[in-house]
Amino acid sequence: MTFRARHLLGIEHLHPTEITTLLDLADKYADQTRSGTVNKTVLAGMTQINMFFENSTRTQASFEIAGKRLGADVMNMSMQASSIKKGETLIDTALTLNAMHPDLLVVRHPNSGAVDLLAQKVNGAVLNAGDGRHEHPTQALLDALTIRRAKGRLHRLSVAICGDVAHSRVARSNIMLLGKLENRIRLIAPPTLMPSGIEEFGVEVFDNMEEGLKDVDVVMMLRLQKERMDGGFIPSEREYFHRYGLTAQKLAHAKPDAIVMHPGPMNRGVEIDGNIADDINRSVIQTQVEMGVAVRMAAMDLLAQNLRAYRAEKEVTA
Amino acid sequence: MTDTIFINARLIDPVAQTNTLGALRVRDGLIAEVYEEPKPDVAGMTVNCAGNCLAPGIVDIGVKVSEPGERHKESFRSAGRAAAAGGVTTIVTRPDTLPAIDLPETLEFVSRRAALDAPVRVLPMAALTKGRDGAVMTEIGFLQDAGAVAFTDCDRVVTNTKVFSRALTYARSLGALVIAHAQDPGLSEGAAVTSGKFASLRGLPGVTPMAERMALDRDIALLEMTGARYHADQITTARALPALERAKRNGLNITAGVGVHHLTLNELDVADYRTFFKLKPPLRSEDDRLAVVQAVADGLIDIICSMHTPQDEESKRLPFEEAASGAVGLETLLPAALRLYHAEMISLPKLFAALSLNPSRLLGLDTGRLRAGAPADLVWFDPDAPFILDRAKLKSKSKNTPFDGARMQGVVLGTWVGGTLVSEEI
Repeated sequence: MTFRARHLLGIEHLHPTEITTLLDLADKYADQTRSGTVNKTVLAGMTQINMFFENSTRTQASFEIAGKRLGADVMNMSMQASSIKKGETLIDTALTLNAMHPDLLVVRHPNSGAVDLLAQKVNGAVLNAGDGRHEHPTQALLDALTIRRAKGRLHRLSVAICGDVAHSRVARSNIMLLGKLENRIRLIAPPTLMPSGIEEFGVEVFDNMEEGLKDVDVVMMLRLQKERMDGGFIPSEREYFHRYGLTAQKLAHAKPDAIVMHPGPMNRGVEIDGNIADDINRSVIQTQVEMGVAVRMAAMDLLAQNLRAYRAEKEVTA
Repeated sequence: MTDTIFINARLIDPVAQTNTLGALRVRDGLIAEVYEEPKPDVAGMTVNCAGNCLAPGIVDIGVKVSEPGERHKESFRSAGRAAAAGGVTTIVTRPDTLPAIDLPETLEFVSRRAALDAPVRVLPMAALTKGRDGAVMTEIGFLQDAGAVAFTDCDRVVTNTKVFSRALTYARSLGALVIAHAQDPGLSEGAAVTSGKFASLRGLPGVTPMAERMALDRDIALLEMTGARYHADQITTARALPALERAKRNGLNITAGVGVHHLTLNELDVADYRTFFKLKPPLRSEDDRLAVVQAVADGLIDIICSMHTPQDEESKRLPFEEAASGAVGLETLLPAALRLYHAEMISLPKLFAALSLNPSRLLGLDTGRLRAGAPADLVWFDPDAPFILDRAKLKSKSKNTPFDGARMQGVVLGTWVGGTLVSEEI
C-alpha cells in the first residue's frame, strides 16, 4: 500500500505505511530543495487555493511556497476579510469555490471538524491546515520528518510533549502519529491544560516537568495558546514559565542528545527560554520550518496523483 | 354516538402492569369498559387490533412547537400531525419560543393556535422567569389560570439562587409544578459534547457529567428549603442518580425525566461531527446510558420524553460547535423507546408507565390509563414491525432526527384522541 487518501484531513485515518510513504517523498523533496533540483512540473496546471479562516503567516507561507515550488497556480484567500463577514455560511463558501474547480484546497478554520464538513462538499483534494483543537496533520508530519532526520529513526523513541495540550491540535496530531509508529509519548502540562480522558490515548501523563522529561529523546514544546484561553487556566505567565518553561536545568533531565522542538510562533520566556531555542546543538526549530515546506510538497504531490487517478477513472466509467 | 370496540388487542396497562389479550369499548370519548376476552359480544363499530398492542396514548412533556416566532421550523399543525403519527396524544409545550411564553396573553395565543390546528391535546407550559432571563418571576397565578400546566425556563438555569428559591416558594403556594434543567451553567458554558476521550479526540469543548449532579444537588437543597413540586427535565448521568434517589427517599416532591435519545444513543454516535446528534445536555458515555436505562426500569426516573426540538437545515449545516442543539422526536419516540423493550431491558407496561401514566399523574391528568372513565386516548401499534427511518417522510416541518436511516422496530397503526382517530394512515 502506498498513499490512498483523497484528502488530508487528519492523522487519525492514515495508515502507518501511508505516513511513511509521505515522509519518504518529503525527505526527497527536502534534499532536492537544498540542491535546487525540484521538478517544477509536478503540480503544473493545478490550482491551489489557500483558505485561511484564522490568522496564519507561517503555515500559509509554507503551503504557498510548497505549491509554487512544484509549479501550481497558488491563490490566497483571506476569509476573514471576505464573504464570511457578509454572513455566508461555510458550506456556501465551499460550494462557491468548488464551482471554480480548484484542485487543491488548503483550509484552516477555528472550529473543530469544519474542514471535514467542507471536504464533503468539494471535488478537489482538501488539506487540513488546522481545525480548532482537532488536528493539524502537516505539522505532525513535519515534526515526524524532523525527528527522523535528527534521530535516524521514527520508532521506539521517547517523546515528551509539553505545554498547552488541551487547546493544541498540534499535540493531538502528534500523539496519533507518534503512537501509530510505536513511540513512547509523555504529556507534560498543568492539569488544567490537559484534555479530559487523555490517559486513554495510550500516553503517560505528568504534571511535573522534571519527571516527565526524564530520559526522553525528543522534547516537543507547545505554544501557550493565549487566544484560546477563555479564562483562568493558569495563574500567571511567570508562574507557568517557572514550572513548565523549558530551561537548561529542566532539559538536563532529558537524554544528553535530546532535541528540542517548537511548532512556532514561540513565546520566549513563557514556554521556552530563549537560549534553549537558539542553541544550535539542541534546537531543531529552524529545521522544522524547512521540513514543513518539504512535507507540504509531498502531501500535495500525493493528493494530486490520487486526484488525477480518480478523475481518469471517472472519465473511463463515464 | 355509537360505541367503538377494539377487539383482539394486546392491552398494555401501566397501572396494573399487565400485558394481556382483551378488548376495550369506547363511548363519548371515554373508555367505557375493558374486557378480558378478546372478542366480547357487544354491539358497535369494531376495530380489530389483530393481536397488536393497544396502550394509553403517550403524554410528551417538553415538546417545542416553534410558535410564536419560528413557525417555519414547526407549527401546531405540523407538530400535531407528527404527534398523531407517533402515538403521542398529549403534547406539553415548552415556553422557549420567540418571544418566550411568559405572559397570560402569549399563553392565550398558544392555546388558541393549538385548538385551531392541532389534532392532539396540547397543554402549554409557561416560563418561570420573565423572558427566561432568571431575574424576575412570571405571573405564575395568572398563567396558571390561563392554562399553564407547569413552569420552566427550559434549558436555561436560574443561576441566582435567591430568585429561584423565591419562585419555588411562590409556586408552592399555588401548587404549581416547576420543571428545571439540571446543568451547572458555569461548567457547561460553551460545551458541545460530554468531556472525556471522545471530546478530546474530536477537539470539541466538553462538559463534565458532574455538572448535572452539581445542579441537581443545588436544586434538591432548595427543595428542602421551599417544599415546592419539582421535576428535573432530563437526568442523563449515573452520577446524578444517587442524589435523586436520596431526595425521593427523603420525601421531597421530586420527579425526573429523560429524553429518549439519551436512552438509545451515546456520545460516540456523534462520530465525524454529525450535528444531528448535538443535543442539550450532550449525549453521554455508554456507561451513563446504561445506568439511566436501569433507572427508568427501576422507576427512579419517572418519565421518558422526546425533547422534541425542531431545527431547520441551516442551523444544523454548520461546524459542530456553531450548530444548533436538539432533535425532533415526536414520531420516533415510540420506536426508539421500544429498542429498550427489544433489548429486554424494560417491559412494555413499564415503558408505558414512563411514557403515558407517570406524565399524566405528574400533571394531574386522568389520561395514561386503560380503565373505564379515562379519556379514550389510545395508541395501537405493532411493536415488532421493522422499518428504516427516512427523515424526508417525517410529518414535522423540521427533519433533524438522529435516526435517519436507522433500523427501527415498532409501527403506530392508529392513534385516537378522545375516541377520535387522529392518525392519517390505518
